[in-house]
Amino acid sequence: MAATQEEIVAGLADIVNEIAGIPVEDVQLDKSFTDDLDVDSLSMVEVVVAAEERFDVKIPDEDVKNLKTVGDATDYILKHQG
Amino acid sequence: MSPTNRTVVVTGIGATTPLGGDAASTWEGLIAGKSGVKPLEQEWAAEQAVRIAAPVAVEPTEVIPRPQARRLDRSAQFALIAAKEAWADAGFTAPAGEDSSIDPDRLGAVIASGIGGVTTLLDQYDVLKEKGVRRVSPHTVPMLMPNGPSANVGLAVGARAGVHTPVSACASGAEAIGYAIEMIRSGRADVVVAGGTEAAIHPLPIAAFGNMMAMSKNNDDPQGASRPYDIGRDGFVLGEGAGVVVLESAEHAAKRGARVYAEAVGQGISADGHDIVQPEPEGRGISHALQNLLDNTDLDPAEIVHVNAHATSTPAGDVAELKALRKVFGDDVDHFAVSATKSMTGHLLGGAGGVESVATVLALYHRVAPPTINLENLDPEAESNADIVRGEARKLPVEGRIAALNDSFGFGGHNVVLAFRSV
Repeated sequence: MAATQEEIVAGLADIVNEIAGIPVEDVQLDKSFTDDLDVDSLSMVEVVVAAEERFDVKIPDEDVKNLKTVGDATDYILKHQG
Repeated sequence: MSPTNRTVVVTGIGATTPLGGDAASTWEGLIAGKSGVKPLEQEWAAEQAVRIAAPVAVEPTEVIPRPQARRLDRSAQFALIAAKEAWADAGFTAPAGEDSSIDPDRLGAVIASGIGGVTTLLDQYDVLKEKGVRRVSPHTVPMLMPNGPSANVGLAVGARAGVHTPVSACASGAEAIGYAIEMIRSGRADVVVAGGTEAAIHPLPIAAFGNMMAMSKNNDDPQGASRPYDIGRDGFVLGEGAGVVVLESAEHAAKRGARVYAEAVGQGISADGHDIVQPEPEGRGISHALQNLLDNTDLDPAEIVHVNAHATSTPAGDVAELKALRKVFGDDVDHFAVSATKSMTGHLLGGAGGVESVATVLALYHRVAPPTINLENLDPEAESNADIVRGEARKLPVEGRIAALNDSFGFGGHNVVLAFRSV
């Protein structure tokens, strides 16, 4: 069953909390992974792989660079989830 | 004094070891004659011939925040903990530059390990096989590279004069400190954070060292298994952890009013040229290193009162070292209180030279030599060559300048001897 936008944001918040130690409540649609959430380029790869697993979606490397904010990632997952 | 022959002093110490999570608790354990060796409780240990080791007393994840810890190999976690303690102990309140008493361009870091990020390498290979390519951590390379601990420590303290990683198996930590002394003496740096770290308690290294017949199989008596100089010794016990010192030019230390633990007099280095793993039985290479130390420093054998021996509890190595001391120092050896602290910490491989330098510096500072434990039946070949501190700690002379040696030797025939002196 496809995840809702709210479920995806909550899931990404868990992932970012695990990887970067950012409180879940700080992970919101308008937040930039690198500028606001302490996720550097290597950690972004971890976030992507964890999101792929959690939401049953494939995020090719060439698309990762377009995922600047939590909102970008949420929209991408909403559109592509299996 | 010319800039190429500057006096080097120790102004900070830090450690995380099987005896304690910092230098003070490690020293307390050493003086009390406490063993850090335990049975291995992990599931994988059941099928091993060796089922004992000396794990760190305080898990690094209790000290380092999780997001940072998960991108550091265990060996780098240990190094960072010990280095941060040493940095603060030296009186620095922030990384170089932010703390204006130290210029980043004049600060170095030299942290070594014997094997590098071996647990990361092996764990990520397991991930690759079990979960596939995509799941291999993107942090794997900076975690497994042998210079990882040095680079992470360098970043933490803001070192820009140079960050180095000499690798010489179980002599690595001592070689790192020797390299650091040279950086200061030659004028490349004013302060260098230096030491050794190792985290190799994992089924593969234990199986491999076990199959070399290098490790004790005294599984029924973990605390009695590491017994240097005892006639019943049957190999080393693997330990883990890190020991780090802050070395500084005497001039720089005086300028900022730093507390000085001891002078780092210098190092003697040689290679056996004998065998890839067996020590040269008469200690010829070790004698050469000791002679180099005397030739290249102003160390006076009459000042030496203590030796923190390499003594890993292997049948051949322990005695070769004592023969070399006797050969080079003759009757002076009679006033050397020789301690084998690996009887308590186990053998930290590349971490040993770091932890044992911390112990040697503290022995001079407190004027007490730690004991060698588990020594029930002293090997006659050891007895005839040296005065071993048995059972309990021993007081060192309270008057005058005293000096001590820290010996470290590694597979490959690497010999490194460091000398420290009270101030």
